[in-house]
Amino acid sequence: MDILRFFTAGNVDDGKSTLTGRLLFDSKSISTDIIETITRQSKIKGKDTDLDLALLTDGLRAEREQGITIDVAYKYFSTDKRKFIIADTPGHIQYTRNMFTGASTADVAIILIDIVNGITEQTRRHSIIASILGIPHVLICINKMDLVSYAENAYSDIVDEYKKFANGLNLRNVDYIPVSALEGENIVNRSEKLPWYKGTSLLTYLENVKTLQETMDESRFQIQYVSNFVDPKTNEITRRFIGRILSGTYKNGDLVEVLPEKIATKISSLEKYNRAVEKAHKGDIVALQLSHDIDAGRGNTIVPIHQRSTLTNEIEATICWMDNTPFRPAQKLIIQHLSHTTKAKISEILCKIDIHTNQPDYDHTENMALNEICKVIIRTAEPIAADTFDQNRSTGIFILIDENTNNTVAAGTIFLFR
Amino acid sequence: METKDYLDHLEAEAIHIMLEVAGQFERPALLFSGGKDSICLVHLAQKAFKPGKFPFPLVHIDTGHNFPEALDFRDQLVDNIGEKLIVRKVEDTIRKRKLVDASGKFPSRNALQTYTLLDTIEEFEFDVCIGGARRDEEKARAKERIFSVRDDFGQWNPKKQRPEIWDTYNGRINKGENVRAFPISNWTELDIWNYIEREEIELPNIYFTHNRQVVQTDNGQLMAYSEYLNLDDSDHIREGRVRYRTVGDMTCTAAVVSEAHTVRDIIEEIKIAKISERGATRMDDRISEAAMEDRKKNGYF
Repeated sequence: MDILRFFTAGNVDDGKSTLTGRLLFDSKSISTDIIETITRQSKIKGKDTDLDLALLTDGLRAEREQGITIDVAYKYFSTDKRKFIIADTPGHIQYTRNMFTGASTADVAIILIDIVNGITEQTRRHSIIASILGIPHVLICINKMDLVSYAENAYSDIVDEYKKFANGLNLRNVDYIPVSALEGENIVNRSEKLPWYKGTSLLTYLENVKTLQETMDESRFQIQYVSNFVDPKTNEITRRFIGRILSGTYKNGDLVEVLPEKIATKISSLEKYNRAVEKAHKGDIVALQLSHDIDAGRGNTIVPIHQRSTLTNEIEATICWMDNTPFRPAQKLIIQHLSHTTKAKISEILCKIDIHTNQPDYDHTENMALNEICKVIIRTAEPIAADTFDQNRSTGIFILIDENTNNTVAAGTIFLFR
Repeated sequence: METKDYLDHLEAEAIHIMLEVAGQFERPALLFSGGKDSICLVHLAQKAFKPGKFPFPLVHIDTGHNFPEALDFRDQLVDNIGEKLIVRKVEDTIRKRKLVDASGKFPSRNALQTYTLLDTIEEFEFDVCIGGARRDEEKARAKERIFSVRDDFGQWNPKKQRPEIWDTYNGRINKGENVRAFPISNWTELDIWNYIEREEIELPNIYFTHNRQVVQTDNGQLMAYSEYLNLDDSDHIREGRVRYRTVGDMTCTAAVVSEAHTVRDIIEEIKIAKISERGATRMDDRISEAAMEDRKKNGYF
């Protein structure tokens, strides 16, 4: 059994929360006391169905009152094949940054299209965001099939239109499924109302879709925490550099280099949860001891000698601005590259990406406002040991923090070193 | 054969978060309630930091309505692991701040507990508290970030949550603010039990079936008979064969009828259970639809 993370996106009324509710409900992941509560609320609110499934996920009072999703809600269910983590993300443009939060860790992006409204601005925007975040799979769920009597041509028109649009995007795998979240058709089981549809139901797709294989095996490790252990008997101090292997493999005895100082040394002990191991892999938390007494600390990178990563003070990146206050040229920023933080400056806005067409706009590069996506040049005070996002999804990412307010003001992916 | 590699993934995620807390903050604390979730946190902290010392003390906010079994277990555990424990009592807060104690048949000190927690944070200048909250417990919790920033008054503002992208956690705060960090956010009740089974983690015995004097509430919930209850003639005390799904206060945590002797029994029981964990056992969330959201806004965990 493994874990699949997915998020749902789409227009405000495309039925995202209903779809999530339907998956939970039909896979029998909802307890009876919660169903009772929601049935009661549905009646109080005069909803026309007995059970308003959206009430399952809209957890904040303001959301229930306004009938929209404001922030990401995380929901969990599992089948015999997988544990699923759902990020139910808001569709409204005003809450795009919350959508980034839910989408950033996903294996699959489910983008809902209301068959009556067809492809909208939001469909395009969410697809572009999925492309920027490098989400491995995009699933287009064409919803409300009940409103067109489950007609095939209405479905294929939208599929054709989306394919044309998606041509210009950098999406890796795109699949299409017709559903009715409200009626529960093609969600858990294949629908008898869709005899012309040859694919699987939504749940079968989710149970079987492959999670991402790493495109790069180069070994990357960053120190999160340094632990000094004083042996109570000998008073001898051992220093452990603890962190997560971001990609590749580390072995006891590996010749390594500590960046950014470029100090060569050797792994003299490799431990996983206080147990010595010979080898550890991507995703493992390890404690390294090094042969030399080196002044290394949180945020430093340790790489094998033959797999050096680039040290750079200047990167080009695609970022999404997430702060209510627009970017100001004099703004003092901090870049957080995984566990490494250093001062940073956006020295140039190269272009803005039109979120609805994916076209670069070179004419309006003097400012950057909430939810805008831009290509920028960033200069950093200390060099960072990074890879491009194309090479390594685990290390080609960063966030920007305002030094004054401490808010997370942007998230970005690296596409070039300078 | 059923493989459990997803537990490795959840474990690594939780420990990664703890290491970020240890690396980013000056004065962290781990809030320890004596329940299974915080016991799992302690287990994860051991995996993260051993053979070194924890970079934080365990902090227990003692409501005075705890199960004695949970308190004994707490002291035993702290003894075994050799880490520091800080206990602060709600009773002292009530006296010091001249607060009105909880009343009613099943007096809950849940709201009062928040005062003690905030006072303790101030006393020790904790800048972050690690907690065992899980997003599957309740729908307001489902909305909360892993690093949740609280203002000077401990309040959670759901509309002003920071974006939290990938697993890069921004723990920078302004003076007076502090952070609640939730390493097991993505675990469900079943994940916890599967992990307890795999890691052979010890728990207070009240999680397993035992005989107990109970009182039935109007909702049909079974409350442990204790000196803290204010019963009247209409209440009928009887003996039940019960266990606890969650361990909170004696006055607001209900028992469930169960014959589960082992962790495996409990896992089988949960798999077929039709009532949610909080729905079955917590009186405090039944008050209103937004009970948890309101408590969190006021500084509750």
